[in-house]
Amino acid sequence: MANTMAEIKNKMRVEGLDLYYGKFHALTSVSMPVQENKITALIGPSGCGKSTLLRCLNRMNDLIPGTKVTGQVMLDDQDIYGQAMEVTDLRKRVGMVFQRPNPFPLSIYENVVYGLKVAGFRNRKMMDEVAERSLKGAWMWDYVKDKLDQSALELPLDQQQRLCIARLLAIEPEVILMDEPCSALDPIATMKVEELMLELAKNYTIVIVTHNMQQASRVSDYTGYMLLGKMIEFNDTRVIFTKPKEKLTEEYISGKYG
Amino acid sequence: MRINPRHTQKGAVIILGGATILVLLILAFIIIFILEKGLPVVNLQFLSSKPRDLGRAGGIFPTIIGTIILPVVALLIATPLGVFTSVYLSEYTKETTLTKVIRFGTDCLAGIPSIIFGLFGYIFFVITLQMGWSILAGSLTLAVMVLPTIIRTSEEAIRAVPKVYREVSFSLGASGWQTVKKVILPNALPGIVTGVMLSIGRSIGETAAVIFTAGSSLRIPTTAFDSVRTMAVHFYILAREGISQENAYGTAATLIIAVLIINLTAYWLMNRFIARRG
Repeated sequence: MANTMAEIKNKMRVEGLDLYYGKFHALTSVSMPVQENKITALIGPSGCGKSTLLRCLNRMNDLIPGTKVTGQVMLDDQDIYGQAMEVTDLRKRVGMVFQRPNPFPLSIYENVVYGLKVAGFRNRKMMDEVAERSLKGAWMWDYVKDKLDQSALELPLDQQQRLCIARLLAIEPEVILMDEPCSALDPIATMKVEELMLELAKNYTIVIVTHNMQQASRVSDYTGYMLLGKMIEFNDTRVIFTKPKEKLTEEYISGKYG
Repeated sequence: MRINPRHTQKGAVIILGGATILVLLILAFIIIFILEKGLPVVNLQFLSSKPRDLGRAGGIFPTIIGTIILPVVALLIATPLGVFTSVYLSEYTKETTLTKVIRFGTDCLAGIPSIIFGLFGYIFFVITLQMGWSILAGSLTLAVMVLPTIIRTSEEAIRAVPKVYREVSFSLGASGWQTVKKVILPNALPGIVTGVMLSIGRSIGETAAVIFTAGSSLRIPTTAFDSVRTMAVHFYILAREGISQENAYGTAATLIIAVLIINLTAYWLMNRFIARRG
């Protein structure tokens, strides 16, 4: 019983969210749960608003001038757009992996400890430990342990993306947002990152935006299908991919659209 | 009749390459001409002794001091002011009519002839603020003169830092200022240094803005309120008043070599910094 209770716990909840970029209505009353320690996938054609929705979850849209958001996004029981929420704290709790690997032009080590340094940590021993744990968590410790002082930009692309994940793990977020994290990677590297995601989901809540329907069906527990800024259907991934309720979803899944 | 692309290609290479060679020849001619006329005068004695008889005899030591101290003080004032302003304009303000007006204004200021800054410095710093002909007045005038250059080059350098670095930094919980300090300024540094180098070059070679504000005293300065003469002003006075052609060219040669050394050192320092960051 306790187990089922834990399973249905909402880590985050989007409630009636509307977003405007200037006059453009990018999201229309979107609602969605994000369940703890599960992988939630957002799919849909380009421009449907899935990345925009993802960026609402840690308020990255704040950086774009002219953005207006109404509605609620709850993290545990707190509205992240509310007065009491400090946006830097929010982003430490809800971290993000971007579409293209984007390490800073610094050493591998400095990349991993960046989040700790801006949070004010100075203890070298503690940072070494966190760096090792994070790089192990991103399955790249053995590959980089002897070259931590090397520039991160010299790593191959898939290792760069894993470094970005390690950099995020170092600040111990509760939720990890991934914006098409494999779109710059080859199929083998993609498979490795997917395996890593399944492993990470044991300890973290993950929301992933993907163009790749197979990826969504392989890794996610829940899937939301979006079209023109609306959440058309949200359900168990199995249901979405086998017997979707909406005709629009079915058309997209079966490749008639998008 | 169509011209064969291979011929136009050849023509283009000749024109482009020819322009480059011509420019290099002109530059080389000027430098060699001045060094040839000036270097025979330059020796340790010339560099380390005071001028005698208005510069007809003796060395140029006080003007070397003046040439070093005026730009150094000017850049110490202008660099932080300019860089902070450019960070504020590019990172902390939204793009509005006001920022466009400010940008347009700095562009206009950067194009104003230096003698205008000299007259402004004379009226404002020397007379109104009663600084007299002094290192302070000269440096402040030079600082005002190079500020637009520093602001605009720094701003361009800051804008050229990839946007994703900002996003990633914010996404890891960094504040705006932390992002500026740890990501934006280090990545914009080569561009900022270029602006500062240009400004040093302009300050060292400046005569009009300096002669009205720092004066042309040949004594070695002891306080910030003493008047100094820079090498450029010394050269101007020696040549203009027909005091000594030889010493004028000697001064010019020293100036050219000094600028060369400063540029080489600055680029060496910058490359070391970039290599260290990896």
